[in-house]
Amino acid sequence: MAKQWDFSRIREWGWREHPVGPVIPEPGTADRYETGGWRSLRPILSPEKCVHCFTCFIYCPDSAIVVSAEKMKGFNLRHCKGCGICARECPKDAIHMVNEAEARGLEKCLLPEEGGTGREQTS
Amino acid sequence: MPRTVALIGTDAIAEAMRQINPDVVPAYPITPQTAIVETFAQMVGDGLVDTEMINAESEHSALSAAIGAAAAGARVMTATSAQGLALMWEMLYIASGMRLPIVMPNVNRALSAPINIHCDHSDSMGARDSGWIQLFSENAQEAYDNVLQAVLIAEDPNVLLPVMVLLDGFIISHAVERLDLLDDRTAKQFIGTLMPRDSLLDAENPPSWGVFDGLGGYYFEFKRAQAQAMINAAAAVRKVAGQYAEISGRHYDFFETYRLDDAELVIVAAGSAAGTIRSMIDDLRAEGLRIGMLKLRMFRPFPERDLVKALSHVKNVAVFDRSDTFAGEMGGPLFVELRAAFYEEEKRPQMLNFIYGLGGRDLSRNLIRQAVDSCKLAAGSNERQKRIIYLGIRD
Repeated sequence: MAKQWDFSRIREWGWREHPVGPVIPEPGTADRYETGGWRSLRPILSPEKCVHCFTCFIYCPDSAIVVSAEKMKGFNLRHCKGCGICARECPKDAIHMVNEAEARGLEKCLLPEEGGTGREQTS
Repeated sequence: MPRTVALIGTDAIAEAMRQINPDVVPAYPITPQTAIVETFAQMVGDGLVDTEMINAESEHSALSAAIGAAAAGARVMTATSAQGLALMWEMLYIASGMRLPIVMPNVNRALSAPINIHCDHSDSMGARDSGWIQLFSENAQEAYDNVLQAVLIAEDPNVLLPVMVLLDGFIISHAVERLDLLDDRTAKQFIGTLMPRDSLLDAENPPSWGVFDGLGGYYFEFKRAQAQAMINAAAAVRKVAGQYAEISGRHYDFFETYRLDDAELVIVAAGSAAGTIRSMIDDLRAEGLRIGMLKLRMFRPFPERDLVKALSHVKNVAVFDRSDTFAGEMGGPLFVELRAAFYEEEKRPQMLNFIYGLGGRDLSRNLIRQAVDSCKLAAGSNERQKRIIYLGIRD
């Protein structure tokens, strides 16, 4: 059993309370943080095309492929940062990337090459 | 039983490394350090040590590998000189910031340009703010003794900082000297075994090392803790010196004084120059001059209070620097820091700075006499003297 590290009050810690050197003594703590907040493209799964080969699972750098009962179930959007590697590597083209803002039902942000500034107001 | 041997300085270091038997030694050769890792590689090849030796493709990689291995809980050493130390720059700060007790002999050599392979202290002085403990050696014996002590200083739980052991290129590294080695058993007992903390190889409790400090930002707190570790290092240096004296009979401290008690003029120096200065002091004493020497061993942490205490009775201090700060008539680093140490004192000695021996230029006895004459002139004059003198320059 791995160590449990109580850092719930880390923002109040003085310099004597941190571990020696920048060490995180407990594994897997990134699971507790939303690291998908900067995603600009979102992966969409087409379940009818997926053969559950787990190529996406192997390639995903953020462990954001959700697997249950040996089936590919979708994406953990708290940790997916939209790199698109899964869509690129999928041998069955079962994953495609869509604009994150649109996926959230927001007005499309146009990229500069599309004539936008990237700063359009969202609805 | 200790063994009396005749060795070149680099082989003395290699002998210390053999006795330490580090788990990992990543290294890249550079003159005049090369002979250390060459001899040590032979020891690895001959099976005299259990060390995993990694031939890195650069000094940046050598220290990077050392950092990784140290984070895995290994006892790690490497060695370098001059441009090699400069190429390690980025990793020097990471080693100290990650609080890894790496021990690294640095064979002092001038930094380019112009290219020069001989001794001065510009390489290690350039790294003086990198968070490494720095210990100077006067000769091969001290270099050997410093390396053994460095392991325990670095690994002290109140310290956990990397240590650089400094020895003058060629003057110490490539000259044969008589020295005493500890017998292997005594050395091994002294060194003991490292108890790793948060080892990367601990599969039960896998930690993360060298992590991003978060957007919330804890960098400042880590640096304050690092500053404290360096403050704590002074006590560790003294404690380890005491333990080492018990097994070796050789006594070390932050600095060594020679005929200082009644001295009016004191030369402060670090490294091999101390030998020449010491012999000159005997001659000048015979001529009736009340002169002494303070040989600095520990440059980081800088033993400010102890230095002030030792020198407060002195009228004139001649600080010998084997490098320049290029700060615009501020003098060498030793001079700058020693002057700063006296800022709050009511009694301050007059201080002159002699920058000498850059790029390996010899410090002859005659040059020391010249420096002493300059100090005598300054002592007898109310005029503000030129503070910084390039000793032995072709003017």
